[in-house]
Amino acid sequence: MAGTAVRGRLTWQVATVDEVREETASVRTIALSVPDWAGHKAGQHLDVRLTAEDGYTAERSYSIASAPGEPLAITVERLDDGEVSPYLTEELRAGDEIEIRGPIGGYFVWTGDNAATPLLLVAGGSGVVPFRSMLRHRHNLGSEAPIRLLYSARSLPDVIYRRELERADAGVAIIYTLTRQQPPGWTGHAGRLDRRLLTEAAWPAEQDPLIFVCGPTPFVEAVASGLTELGYPARRIKTERFGGAEAP
Amino acid sequence: MTVRDESALDGNAIGGLLLEVFGTEMTAAVAVCGSCGAAGPMAETVVYLRAPGTVVRCRACAAVLMVVVRRHQQNCVDLLGLAALEPV
Amino acid sequence: MSPISRGFRGRRSESPADTARTPPGQYLTSDFPVLSAGPTPHTPLRDWTFSIQQAGTDLRTWTWQELLELPAEEITADIHCVTRWSKLDTRWRAVPIDTLLAHVDHQARFALAFCDGGYTTNVPLADLTGGQAWVAYEYDGRPLAPEHGGPARLLVPHLYFWKSAKWVRGLDLLAADEPGFWERYGYHNYGDPWREQRYAGD
Repeated sequence: MAGTAVRGRLTWQVATVDEVREETASVRTIALSVPDWAGHKAGQHLDVRLTAEDGYTAERSYSIASAPGEPLAITVERLDDGEVSPYLTEELRAGDEIEIRGPIGGYFVWTGDNAATPLLLVAGGSGVVPFRSMLRHRHNLGSEAPIRLLYSARSLPDVIYRRELERADAGVAIIYTLTRQQPPGWTGHAGRLDRRLLTEAAWPAEQDPLIFVCGPTPFVEAVASGLTELGYPARRIKTERFGGAEAP
Repeated sequence: MTVRDESALDGNAIGGLLLEVFGTEMTAAVAVCGSCGAAGPMAETVVYLRAPGTVVRCRACAAVLMVVVRRHQQNCVDLLGLAALEPV
Repeated sequence: MSPISRGFRGRRSESPADTARTPPGQYLTSDFPVLSAGPTPHTPLRDWTFSIQQAGTDLRTWTWQELLELPAEEITADIHCVTRWSKLDTRWRAVPIDTLLAHVDHQARFALAFCDGGYTTNVPLADLTGGQAWVAYEYDGRPLAPEHGGPARLLVPHLYFWKSAKWVRGLDLLAADEPGFWERYGYHNYGDPWREQRYAGD
């Protein structure tokens, strides 16, 4: 295949911020209106582009937090040394416009087609965002697909969508591990999501689960190798790596 | 050998760029490495975004599969490292 | 026409650019951004060598210890990345390329720097000599970090910083110019920031 110069297509659209909602001290959900929005699949993301007055631009990708059919929303974690996330989580307000491109992704998606297949979702920090879309999609479909969500977060206040996750449907089990700080009386798991916890909490390999792993790259690498070592076939493991954040 | 670079991303991160270049979703497309023959979804490639261009490498052998340089509002795409790229 | 993002500045520093020292199209940063085209190599120092080669032959090779024993200079330089950031007054401890080339006999006019991980970049000999280029192994008074090219990188501050190849392992002396990694993918063959030579054809 030859090298070639290809003119960029005009796929950016202007979105208006409808609402911002603080999820945790450093995480915010941003509800957006996009004219002629064609809809999306659970697990997809948007690219966001900001333009400064002198024409300087910066682009980043953020997972879509809303389920298909729901008003479009993304959830953004503020990275201390970030360039775009501090703006989106602190400066941006209702009425502002941002450019978006999407929805993007055909690999890291769950359409809910096969209700019998157990789903294992493994989230590191803000890696939980695409899974929130999947869980809401399952609910909206009335699906009975068995789901286990393993969610690694630094501390309880860092758990995103906590209230919503507490009200999870029957058939959805959520197992947390808090890696840096646990509240008094915490009886759940503590420390990094390791092979021991995977063995305990994941669907057994014999049940042939479909597995999604999402979070910062070091987290995804550690979990994916752990799962492979435990005998889960690589073709049943889908990964999505985020940049910038440390593993929780 | 499998590349496990904690500073890198994966092909999901260039889904938008691939959409722009190919006019269609390509993260699920199967990339075949021209160096080692390994085949897998674009989403599983090792991607470097913090560079003068976007560099996509084979997760099995680290060979360069694809490079995209943004030059004067155009994408210059080099696919010579790929033996094949098959949309699903 | 893209809407302006109200109040967005990005990572650029607030202070106005020192135009005398900032090439066209650049902004100043106080960070030291890490840019990479591949995984960070980790060659053990006991295995590390720097070679000057020509036509497939090693003309001269130095081990790490031998490199450290060469007379080195403390350099302060402004550096300019083609991705538009510039950083002023960076400090390095480095061996001049002149010092290394004094040990070989050659007629070459061009060089291709080669590195761990496979990265390459081409620089004319005229730009590597005359006190314009070094092999640097300390940055800001400390051993050069792997993410910034340690144990040693090429340092050619008068050209865009992609020419200051990280993880450098030697120079291949050539009779004819040969493009390196970024040069092959569309970047300028020479790369003078003051003439804004970013891309091929600029």
